[in-house]
Amino acid sequence: MTDPTIDQPITRKPDFSATHLRKRYRAEARFKFYGVAAIFAALAMLAILLGSIISTGSSAFTQTEIALDIKLDAAKIDPDGTRDPESLARANYRTIVRDAMRAQFPEVSGRRDLRKLYKLVSTGSDFTLRQIVEADPALIGTTQTIWFKSSADLDQLNKGAIPRDVPEGDRRVNDAQITWFDALSDDGRTRRSFNTTFFTSGDSREPEQAGVWGAVVGTMLTLFVTLVLSFPIGVMSAVYLEEFAPKNRWTDLIEVNINNLAAVPSIVFGLLGLAVFLNFFGLPRSAPLVGGLVLALMTLPTVIIAGRAALQSVPPSIREAALGVGASPLQTVSHHVLPLAMPGILTGTIIGMARALGETAPLLMIGMVAFIVDIPRGFTDAATVLPVQVFLWADAPERAFVERTSAAIMVLLAFLILMNLAAVLLRRKFERRW
Amino acid sequence: MKIKTLTLAAAITVGLVGAAEARDQIRVVGSSTVFPFSTAVAEQFGKSTRFSTPVVESTGTGGGMKLFCSGVGEDHPDVTNASRRMKKSEFEACTTNGIDITEVKVGFDGIVIANAKRGPDLNLSLEQIFLALATEIPQGGKLVANPNKMWSDIDPSLPAQKIEVLGPPPTSGTRDAFVEIAMEGGCKTLAGAADLGLKKKACHAVREDGVYIEAGENDNLIVQKLEANPAAYGIFGFSFLDQNADKLKGATVDGTVPAFEEIAAGNYPVSRSLFFYVKQQHVGVIPGIQEFVTEFTSEDAWGPDGYLIDKGLIPLPDTDRAAMAKQAQGLQPLSM
Repeated sequence: MTDPTIDQPITRKPDFSATHLRKRYRAEARFKFYGVAAIFAALAMLAILLGSIISTGSSAFTQTEIALDIKLDAAKIDPDGTRDPESLARANYRTIVRDAMRAQFPEVSGRRDLRKLYKLVSTGSDFTLRQIVEADPALIGTTQTIWFKSSADLDQLNKGAIPRDVPEGDRRVNDAQITWFDALSDDGRTRRSFNTTFFTSGDSREPEQAGVWGAVVGTMLTLFVTLVLSFPIGVMSAVYLEEFAPKNRWTDLIEVNINNLAAVPSIVFGLLGLAVFLNFFGLPRSAPLVGGLVLALMTLPTVIIAGRAALQSVPPSIREAALGVGASPLQTVSHHVLPLAMPGILTGTIIGMARALGETAPLLMIGMVAFIVDIPRGFTDAATVLPVQVFLWADAPERAFVERTSAAIMVLLAFLILMNLAAVLLRRKFERRW
Repeated sequence: MKIKTLTLAAAITVGLVGAAEARDQIRVVGSSTVFPFSTAVAEQFGKSTRFSTPVVESTGTGGGMKLFCSGVGEDHPDVTNASRRMKKSEFEACTTNGIDITEVKVGFDGIVIANAKRGPDLNLSLEQIFLALATEIPQGGKLVANPNKMWSDIDPSLPAQKIEVLGPPPTSGTRDAFVEIAMEGGCKTLAGAADLGLKKKACHAVREDGVYIEAGENDNLIVQKLEANPAAYGIFGFSFLDQNADKLKGATVDGTVPAFEEIAAGNYPVSRSLFFYVKQQHVGVIPGIQEFVTEFTSEDAWGPDGYLIDKGLIPLPDTDRAAMAKQAQGLQPLSM
């Protein structure tokens, strides 16, 4: 007896028709296109970012200079003729520079005009001259042509950042100063040379004397402390949790906490640093030591998580083989598992360090967002870091700090690229395939 | 391995012990408005004396006061900058911790409302500023949510243009000063406002319907945005207008242009005094404090031709300055 009403099982026949096939190929092509478009969009953003930074910042690497004929009168610099460093340091170099400017433009008179004239060169010119004389006292008594930095306003005028075609009252340099500057230019007494000061000196309120070296040294000191603390502690935690710890409620709790800590906003670590390191342990404010400690706390969860992931990716067969030939668990880990996991651990550490390199918020609380002129000489000297320097310059009213802000960002990016390069090289060295 | 561990431990100990040695650097904290002036003095001081350059932190006026008043000893700062006078509560906190203070008024700072050169000229009164930016304004005998969308809604003489103002967020000292002087000032003279409970703090509420745009603490950013959008106005410190006079122009307030001479003479209404405070217990303990105060209050620094004026400080009148210098250099104690 058969039931004629029973349905035949529906068999779906693959649709081999040309239209359907074309549709499928088109969908695939579209999907690929979206991917390529996403990459190009990202690249375009990067290009715009880098382009705007480089186009505004690159002019900061040169500095306008003005040549003056300086009469190094022995009677003014060293009246006793002793060449004693003390008395050389005390001489009034400012008047010597100003006399030279007056000699260059004898027609200028009147207090107001003279003040404008003196403003052609940087206020740091007397220190420049002092350094030259101190380095070579034999120059005293001669007349030398010395290049001085121009003031930041004239530097901006020379670079075109201050327009000449606006009414006199609307710009920082007046018509007389422009005339003097042009006269100097026609005389071959101006030039644009490489701005070494930017790479060798600390912060300054005068843009033409400001540099990033103080911040670079501060960054190196801070990151050194961060690395020395977070790497060994992070790796040891990861190894213990992954290789030795029993799986129970306590280790679960620790794991959850570490994952949570990785997502905590960085300012919280700054507050912790303020409360623990400064107020409780009494460590000095603004010190790279404290900055490094705070950033190490911030970096630790990242290092631990990356370290654990790297250890997990080592195949169990390696462990079993090591144990099988009689290695102790300690030997298994230190001779086989850890070296194989090292590339992954290093990547995680570098990601953590790169994040630490860009932080300003936690450093605000411990006083590293500060104006510091002297280059730090140790872990407890007051110091600041590169992102803080960028932040401070971005906030300064002087026009010339705009280009220096972008230039400092370029230095920061270069620092980051160097760090990543080191990581890639280390990875290459340790990389194993199985 | 063991030796390495020992060396590391020793290095860390040395680091920690090194931290305990005496401080020979003056530490300054406080207002970001006074920061450019304080740093300029610090740099000059470091170059021209045998003392090391003071470290100047920009913590904001309130934050600086808190650090300053937290105690005596080298863990605590020696000087704090302020863009307003010390409050009574802060003075009491200082006194409780055994701190004697010298107050020094250094000059003035104007707060300007400016727009791009190619935008329209604006002539405002404090009342109109209040009517443009307050959350609630009196209308027909009761308080209503601010209905003004165009400048010409406030007064037909103003440009027929959307009100769009970029300014600092509430955490900023510039904002505090602006609402206190301009908003409260406008509110005070506005007919019928006081009867509706609009006085003092109640006048400080700035509208949040998108007309006033919080543009962050960075005044340079506001300057850039104004350049790009000639319909917008920005609120910031006078020194930024001074530095960008080729791109921006300031709105006239109560008939006075925001110019150096007008602010110095006290004619421009939206201006405030700037201060710094010195911890007397640290004078003679931390080297150089007395000399730092002398440098700050010298004519070379804060006089009409001084280097602080180039940085945008507006000086005190001559007589006040002489009296203040004497008072500061004599470290006269503050009482409240």
